Amino acid sequence: MKLYTATIALVVLWPASAHAYEPAGTPPDWDPPMDMQHAYWKVLADRFEAGIGDNLDGYVWDVQGWYGGDHNRVWMKTEGEGELGSSPEHAELQLLFSRMFAPFWDWQIGVRQDLEPNPDRTHLVLGIQGVVPYQLEWDSALFVSDEGDVSARIEVEYDLNITQRWVLQPHFEINAAFSDDRELGIGTGVNNTELGLRVRYHVQREIAPYLGVSWQQLYGGTRDFAQDDGKSTSNASIVVGVRFWF
Amino acid sequence: MVKRSDKSRRDFLQSAAGLSAVTLLNAFVPAWARAMQVKRDDAALQESGSIVFDLAIRQHQLEIAGGMGNVVSINNSVPGPLLEWYEGRDVVLNVANEMNVDTSIHWHGILLPFEMDGVPGVTFRGIQPSTTFRYQFPVRQSGTYWYHSHSGLQEQSGCYGPLVVHPREPDPTTYDRDYIVMLSDWTFEDPHRVMRNLKKMGDYYNYQQFSLADLYGTGDMSRREAWKMKLAWDQMRMMATDILDVTGSTYTYLMNGLHPAGNWTGLFAPGERIRLRFINGSAMSYFNVRIPGLPMTVIAADGQNVHAVETDEFQFGAAETYDVIVEPKEESTYTIMAEAMDRSGFAAGTLTMHPGSRAAIPPLRKRPLLTMVDMGMDMSGTDMDGTAAPTLDDTQSSAMGEVPMDHSRMTHAEMGHKLPVKNDHAGHDMGDMSTAGPIIARHGPDHHGPGNIGVAAVERNRLGERGLGLENLDHRVLVYTDLKRLANDFDDRPPAREIELHLTGHMERYMWSFDGKQFHEVDGPIEFSFGERLRLTMVNDTMMNHPIHLHGMWMELENGHGSQLPRKHTINMMPAARTSVLISADAPGRWAFHCHLLYHMDMGMFRVVRVS
Repeated sequence: MKLYTATIALVVLWPASAHAYEPAGTPPDWDPPMDMQHAYWKVLADRFEAGIGDNLDGYVWDVQGWYGGDHNRVWMKTEGEGELGSSPEHAELQLLFSRMFAPFWDWQIGVRQDLEPNPDRTHLVLGIQGVVPYQLEWDSALFVSDEGDVSARIEVEYDLNITQRWVLQPHFEINAAFSDDRELGIGTGVNNTELGLRVRYHVQREIAPYLGVSWQQLYGGTRDFAQDDGKSTSNASIVVGVRFWF
Repeated sequence: MVKRSDKSRRDFLQSAAGLSAVTLLNAFVPAWARAMQVKRDDAALQESGSIVFDLAIRQHQLEIAGGMGNVVSINNSVPGPLLEWYEGRDVVLNVANEMNVDTSIHWHGILLPFEMDGVPGVTFRGIQPSTTFRYQFPVRQSGTYWYHSHSGLQEQSGCYGPLVVHPREPDPTTYDRDYIVMLSDWTFEDPHRVMRNLKKMGDYYNYQQFSLADLYGTGDMSRREAWKMKLAWDQMRMMATDILDVTGSTYTYLMNGLHPAGNWTGLFAPGERIRLRFINGSAMSYFNVRIPGLPMTVIAADGQNVHAVETDEFQFGAAETYDVIVEPKEESTYTIMAEAMDRSGFAAGTLTMHPGSRAAIPPLRKRPLLTMVDMGMDMSGTDMDGTAAPTLDDTQSSAMGEVPMDHSRMTHAEMGHKLPVKNDHAGHDMGDMSTAGPIIARHGPDHHGPGNIGVAAVERNRLGERGLGLENLDHRVLVYTDLKRLANDFDDRPPAREIELHLTGHMERYMWSFDGKQFHEVDGPIEFSFGERLRLTMVNDTMMNHPIHLHGMWMELENGHGSQLPRKHTINMMPAARTSVLISADAPGRWAFHCHLLYHMDMGMFRVVRVS
């Protein structure tokens, strides 16, 4: 809870630290000549899809949103997945404070609450998000759970314009843990990867239905735990979904 | 003179609905607003006393660009009425705000007491709803100017109009007919939505991005060149197609308020010389202007007379103006073509003897690409940079000092830059180094913080260069070094000091600034001492062109013409350009200084200059 409070405090205090009226050298009771750092916001559902796989028919959501100024923002991230027709096996929600420290880079700090599976964990999140040279979108974070387990995630994707409206998007995600968490079926080392290739068509800038393939694979201890529990350890699927933002 | 504040009629209109309102509103657009003919009244020049104008700013629906738009109009028309002032006579302008938000009118390019300059939050408190602000000042200059709201994004919604000041002395050029050609960009989207779209996605309106279609065969580059280029730009996390932020994908481009199908028409009689006063009254657009088959003689820039120079095409940024003389042939009909710099759309009108006739509209040319020169990349020492000239310590004089006088007829290779012979087949998309201006400085270690993506490692004098996309045309194109002041009134005091400002920004986050600081982040105005002569040097560290406007005082562009430096109120800064201007700080007060691309200004590319 302290982290929630800290994050909210940072955000609330930030506008107060904005300048009083020196920039124009005008009397203090004059309004500024223009938009003085309005807050903007955006919500992007990068993946919002259902898939037919060789081992599992499932669904996935991966939604991020931000609110704030140019340098400081609050981020919300949620992702989850499950088997078609059932409640999610994995679902999480992150609330982060984010600050730009280089032209294409933000550091982020906040909390992640796992809603599924049980037992649900709360994590401290330390993240770096931005754009790597060659226009690769990069999202990475280190998680420290309330059990003391440390894990990491890196997500990379790229948008290749085929035409002005058709876009090919390779996507790669890797999760790793630095300790076992048997209760959650997580083993030390690389846990899983997702490799996807999606082709979308922009009906408009904000809305793009897509079709793609996705391959998920478990590794090491995580794979062994899954096998012990009788779950599949890899899944290749054809996915259909819609990417949208507003 | 101009008086249209008929309240009962307006009330009726507000209650009227549907088609009848459409018809009525259209009927209210006065004919003179469409004709845009300038008519000097010699009697008015002789009279004394103030000339009074009543202007009313309203929000309503108006037939525009082939549809119905929500406009912020001046006296019910877009553009607002043509104002004709007379040098030496005072003007009084009663500007009534009939909206429920604040407004203002700024007289762009006019020298006046700063309290009359009309920038809310800088020179006055704005015009509150249901109040009238009385502007009053002497008119001390002549030429072609314009006026527009300086509040919020009202300018995008149509709150602008043309302004001509007739000279007291006879005009140095004779002509038989005189037209305003005011270019602008219109969108049916709410301008605040445009702003939000850009904030969420910097390339929202760019539908000419590099794509696989370019990489495979449809472009004029080899596949290898195309990939090399794409990778070079991807590596920098920028786009070679980032030419204009808001494009023809949402804009309809207007000429005197009319979209191309509306066909603004300037009539002429046989043998007439016509003065066309081109005003770029757009919010976000650069235009390439040409009249196929008809050379244009440029006689004034930003309202100030220049030595006549003949050209076939010019590019100008938001807020700049050029006056040209044309002599159409009898019985010929011409298209005035104003193509957006990124070639995503155009405005067009007609010059003819016969109302209703129209010449062919030339097709849009292929969209240009930014080059390594625009990136400010340091390629000296490689064979890519034909202009690997030694860096000059003296940034103000540069190699442009001895340009031949009439080089708009010449290729750039002949301009005395010590440039290699121009290669017409040079891969222009990779950057045609042979036409690039000389390197005159290198960027220092300060990269202006996280709000600025990159810097121009090498800074060039680009005043002799043609505008983006016009480099390889085989006709004449106006360049800044063509401009020479006609008046013999140069202030020859040497500048006592120099101020350097860098144009900075972040396309992806849509942040714009000077020296990496958005307006709200700076701790005070830029201070000029009253009476001083100073040099302002600007460096464009961004990849885009920016028209930079100083209120209240002229900027004398140091383009190598000694005591004939042209005076401008708005200077286009090419990417990676280093440009200096001289300023006589003769106008006390607070003055706005900003990029005249509306959304750049709103996002912080704005400063206040205080003269005290």
